[in-house]
Amino acid sequence: MKIIIPVENTNDETLVCPSFGRAPFFMIFDTETNDSQFIDNPAANSQGGAGIKAAQTIVDNKAEAVIAYQCGQNAADVLKAGGIKIYKAEMGLAKDNIAKYTENKLFVLTDIHPGFHNHGGGRN
Amino acid sequence: MKIAVLSGKGGTGKTFISANLACSAEKAVYADCDVEEPNGHLFFKPIITENNTVSVIVPEADINKCVLCRKCIDFCKFNALALINGKLMIFKEVCHSCGGCIVLCPQQALSKNKRDIGTVEIGISENVTVISGCLNTGEVSGISIIKKIMTKIPDNKTVIIDCPPGSACTVMESIRSSDYCVLVAEPTIFGSHNLAMVYDLVKIFNKPSGVILNKCLNGQENPSEKFCTDNNITVIGKIPFDEELGNLTSCGLIAVRENDKFKSFFDNLLKEITQ
Amino acid sequence: MKQILILSGKGGTGKTTISAAFIEMAKSRAFADCDVDAPNLHIVLPEMKNSDTKDYYGLGKASIDIDKCIKCGICEKNCHFDAIKNTFVNIYECEGCGLCVEMCPVKAVNIKDYCSGNTMLYKDNLNIFSTAQLKMGNGASGKLVSAVKKQLLNNIPDHTETVIIDGSPGIGCPVIASISGADLVLIVTEPTISGIHDMKRIIDTALHFNIKPLVCINKFDINIENTRAIEKYCKEKSIIIPGKIPFDETVVHAVNKCRSIAKYPESKAGKAVKGIWDFIYSNFMDANPVK
Repeated sequence: MKIIIPVENTNDETLVCPSFGRAPFFMIFDTETNDSQFIDNPAANSQGGAGIKAAQTIVDNKAEAVIAYQCGQNAADVLKAGGIKIYKAEMGLAKDNIAKYTENKLFVLTDIHPGFHNHGGGRN
Repeated sequence: MKIAVLSGKGGTGKTFISANLACSAEKAVYADCDVEEPNGHLFFKPIITENNTVSVIVPEADINKCVLCRKCIDFCKFNALALINGKLMIFKEVCHSCGGCIVLCPQQALSKNKRDIGTVEIGISENVTVISGCLNTGEVSGISIIKKIMTKIPDNKTVIIDCPPGSACTVMESIRSSDYCVLVAEPTIFGSHNLAMVYDLVKIFNKPSGVILNKCLNGQENPSEKFCTDNNITVIGKIPFDEELGNLTSCGLIAVRENDKFKSFFDNLLKEITQ
Repeated sequence: MKQILILSGKGGTGKTTISAAFIEMAKSRAFADCDVDAPNLHIVLPEMKNSDTKDYYGLGKASIDIDKCIKCGICEKNCHFDAIKNTFVNIYECEGCGLCVEMCPVKAVNIKDYCSGNTMLYKDNLNIFSTAQLKMGNGASGKLVSAVKKQLLNNIPDHTETVIIDGSPGIGCPVIASISGADLVLIVTEPTISGIHDMKRIIDTALHFNIKPLVCINKFDINIENTRAIEKYCKEKSIIIPGKIPFDETVVHAVNKCRSIAKYPESKAGKAVKGIWDFIYSNFMDANPVK
């Protein structure tokens, strides 16, 4: 199965990006092959609805789970419709989060923030 | 004659001056275009005669016609549409109501639906017809409500347009059809700084204008007055900081209806503007 | 690090005056003016040089290539915003949706970058100040506000405990954008019928976005009855009032000298604002802040 994490850079030591919708890249980790690949987030410079477009990208890449610090209501609705689970990321490296996920140590993200009408900049 | 009252800075006295000017005319229309925080109705307490809901277009999908081509998703600059598991999801609050996806769908699977964003109410308060727009909380933009107010404003009547603060698109929409602009300024540097902005705006739109200096304090330099002098801007009235006036206004009362001393000031002001 | 946002609903209640005072009292090293339509905070802050000014490009706008245009009028007919008249695009009406681009049979229409304002970042050895100015008549101010906040957060000095953000009046676009990411919202109101009405709407807006605001009453002694009404309303909604500020001509005097009221600590208003800041600090700021 595939897990997707919003990340800052395209190397293996990359940090998880605090923003979901406007993360510059997504890391796609395949649990069967243990391979990671990186794609650009097409929503990164969106005027608005970034969460929706980012979530669409996740769906289109056939992920089954997302690990993120935060997620807006609209993005959460898209992911939920696609049957994709959202897990709460822990501060630090993306690869450490993947490890925690495989050890069942991550919690489901329950604190979904309301949409900010295209103006969500999130916290740093 | 349509008179717009604006200020740049908030809290300078736009509603105070608009309401009193409207009451000074024999018969006038007062239009409250500060749809985010409308206050005029608090002073006029009008008897409502007409209530209009203002809505914007949002698309609605006919899933039987949709062939999942994604043309709508690729087109939408605002990312208001998503396709999951063969089903189109529409995010109404993200939609900018351009109607583009509805027009472009090759299967005509999208049709016009609407979403309510606010209201325009019309009422009567003695000699004044009160038109008041109000944006629902949580909504981002009141432009469509201001446009609706403008369609309700009659020609051939004295109309006082109470504008929102600032000089952005909502203000521009409010002054667009005005014949004269009254700029209200307070005696602080904040006031003069923002007065400069709205003065530029009215110049861009070629509107004749005049300044009212409000809440003037005795013996203190007035940066807004200095701005007017330095730029040859006509000052059409000066209102001193007056506790009684402040008291009446803070209680939601219209000064010219309470005290004749204020009535003659506003009568003269209206005469000067309409000439 | 905590982000404190100052809002009001009604304009002119004292947001900027209080923001400037808090910045001094909190010794805040990072602050922003999100009233991009009518920014005033810089007037009462000590002058900071070294500004990095950038053009801000919000929504693009439609642009018609007259050489290619065949004057068929399809763009004008389909524009929902009535932004096109006789091949002339009104940039104030155009929302950059791109429908005209799609519909033009000869591909004569494009979306072009449009500068709707400027962002400014002031930096000195100690502090950073992020602000912006929206060009007149423009919309999309919410996006410019997001840009101001992003600029601020990307440049925060180390060990910043408190970030103070001066917001804008109203409840719309720029206000909603400034609420995103705020840890604490303080609503400044005044004891007038208009002030109370507008305060309720901004409280509703904050609650809509899951933030429980605090409320302080400025110029409270101009109408004691209305002040009591505000206190009663806040009590019913379990909203905390950290303090009240009396009307004080010293404030006008301070503003006109381009100084914050914090520089007049013995004045009635100065003392009251300090009291409010102390309350906020001791009740809402972490003792050991973690970024």
